[in-house]
Amino acid sequence: MSKLKHLRSDRVFLMAAGLLTAAVAASALAPWLGTSDPALIDPMNMNLAPGSSGRTYTLDGDEIERQFRLGTDGYGRDLYSRILYGGRVSLAVGMLAALTAVCLGAVAGLLAGYFPPLDMVLMRVMDGMMAVPPILVAIILVAVIGPSVPTVVIAITVPEIPRVTRLVRATTLSLRNEAFIEAARVLATPPGRILVRHILPNALPALVVQGTFIAASAIMSEAILSFLGLGLPPDVPTWGNIMAEARVQFALYPMTVFLPALMLVPTLISINIIGDALRDVFDPRQSGKIL
Amino acid sequence: MSNMILKRLLGSPLVLFVVALLIFFVLRLAAGDPAAVIAGDKATAADIERIREQFGLTGPVWKQFLIWLGRVLQGDLGHSYYMRQDVAELIARRIVPTLSLATGTILISVLIAVPLGTIVATRPGGLLDRLVMSGSVAAFSIPVFIVGYLLIWFFGLHLRWFPVQGYVAPSVSLAGWLHRLVLPCTTLSVMFIALIARVTRASVLDALGEEHVRTARAKGLYEWQVVLRHALNNAAVPIVTIIGISVALLIGGVVVTETIFAIPGLGMLTVDAILNRDFPTVQGVVLFFSVVYVAINLIVDLTYLLLDPRIRS
Repeated sequence: MSKLKHLRSDRVFLMAAGLLTAAVAASALAPWLGTSDPALIDPMNMNLAPGSSGRTYTLDGDEIERQFRLGTDGYGRDLYSRILYGGRVSLAVGMLAALTAVCLGAVAGLLAGYFPPLDMVLMRVMDGMMAVPPILVAIILVAVIGPSVPTVVIAITVPEIPRVTRLVRATTLSLRNEAFIEAARVLATPPGRILVRHILPNALPALVVQGTFIAASAIMSEAILSFLGLGLPPDVPTWGNIMAEARVQFALYPMTVFLPALMLVPTLISINIIGDALRDVFDPRQSGKIL
Repeated sequence: MSNMILKRLLGSPLVLFVVALLIFFVLRLAAGDPAAVIAGDKATAADIERIREQFGLTGPVWKQFLIWLGRVLQGDLGHSYYMRQDVAELIARRIVPTLSLATGTILISVLIAVPLGTIVATRPGGLLDRLVMSGSVAAFSIPVFIVGYLLIWFFGLHLRWFPVQGYVAPSVSLAGWLHRLVLPCTTLSVMFIALIARVTRASVLDALGEEHVRTARAKGLYEWQVVLRHALNNAAVPIVTIIGISVALLIGGVVVTETIFAIPGLGMLTVDAILNRDFPTVQGVVLFFSVVYVAINLIVDLTYLLLDPRIRS
């Protein structure tokens, strides 16, 4: 792991890692960071500017003073709380989608690369999937299964699978006739064991790099789907949803659209920088490429 | 070489067949029995049966797929019951705004990115290079709709230079058409400028390190001649590839950009069709986009052969 030492002196990488950690921590620790109920509608305090405070009544009729660090949206919901809680969903959906895409793509790639008859069928399906623009695949899947957290994860995952499959298939193809695989086969090692123990480890570095980029792309896809009104139900706060709901009032209150972006964009930039740095370390042949 | 062209030409219909198969079965699963959908809530069993006959929805599913495919090949993409129009006609009516947006975006992107990438490649590690390289990571990480709203906010609402939303057909007013396209095209270009500039920089940098460039320098050519005639020429293949990939990626971007700027093109048609569960339209538009996508990839592959004699052998 001496390669990783190189990362420790890469200042840009460290800044990106710090930023990402901060965003993840802020989202994960949302309940302990002075937030209130992100879904609480407060008609007395709609569309407040960041830093303002307002009076409101509790259900018991007591008048209380509330602080809104980042102001409120059109329903009087606290934006600070919504953005922190929204990060939990956005980041979780992104990570989950990336993990699922990498796992499914790796399985498909190993099978396609090792068993020629399967290769024909699997790769034709992947070619077909790649011929439909990714965001359209996601939109169709959401429309077909209906919006919910699992649906959105599936919709974001599916279009990412072909790229992973191609990557793992290429590694498998290049290794399947190598002497050490031949040796394992002669020793009657079952194919499953050969694939998992001998071939998969060789694809792992490239998978880690690819997985990082997919995480960024998945978080972005979630935001885009929500923005188009095809993402998670509006009562679940995500960065995309907060912006989507603020669109109607954009001319009057543009800040409500931009505030979640201040979390979303740095997160995406950090993940992409981390992906670039990991690629330079793990997969130097590919460095400099952006896709 | 002709072998390779033939292989490519034969491969594309196969991919499109798979796409058609996937779309047909996914949407069939979603929409349920199309005859019941067409007939509506108040239909009797006899009505549904009649419609089934009329639209060729009898028999096993694979047979229905073949009937549908046969019609698609004849240019009949079906009928949108929601819009009360043939899907092919709908696409024809909505294509001009999308083409305008796509062409404008590619023009802006290429005109900015290729010179930028080339200039930066002549001074790698310089201030401009580092600015462009870090800027491109940022540009690539910002979702299209955030760029769109930033531009609307600054140039539309604040400076009032451009209308915030909407579209005017070029046949109605050419100036209005151009005026309204500036913001959407710029919005969509940001990502592609980043992408194309990065690839241009990398491939020009590669070409500059080659021996024929050293020869060109050694015989005393001006640096601009070396860069333009000898390096950029040889960097053309990856640059054309990335422009091809960009056009393909553009389709996804078009859907979002048309929604932000309320442009009545194919992207908005898709989103509306999905929100209204108008599946014949979804089927038709997605198939249309896929044909465009596959065709562009084919053209890019064939362009290689023209640009790089080494691949021909």
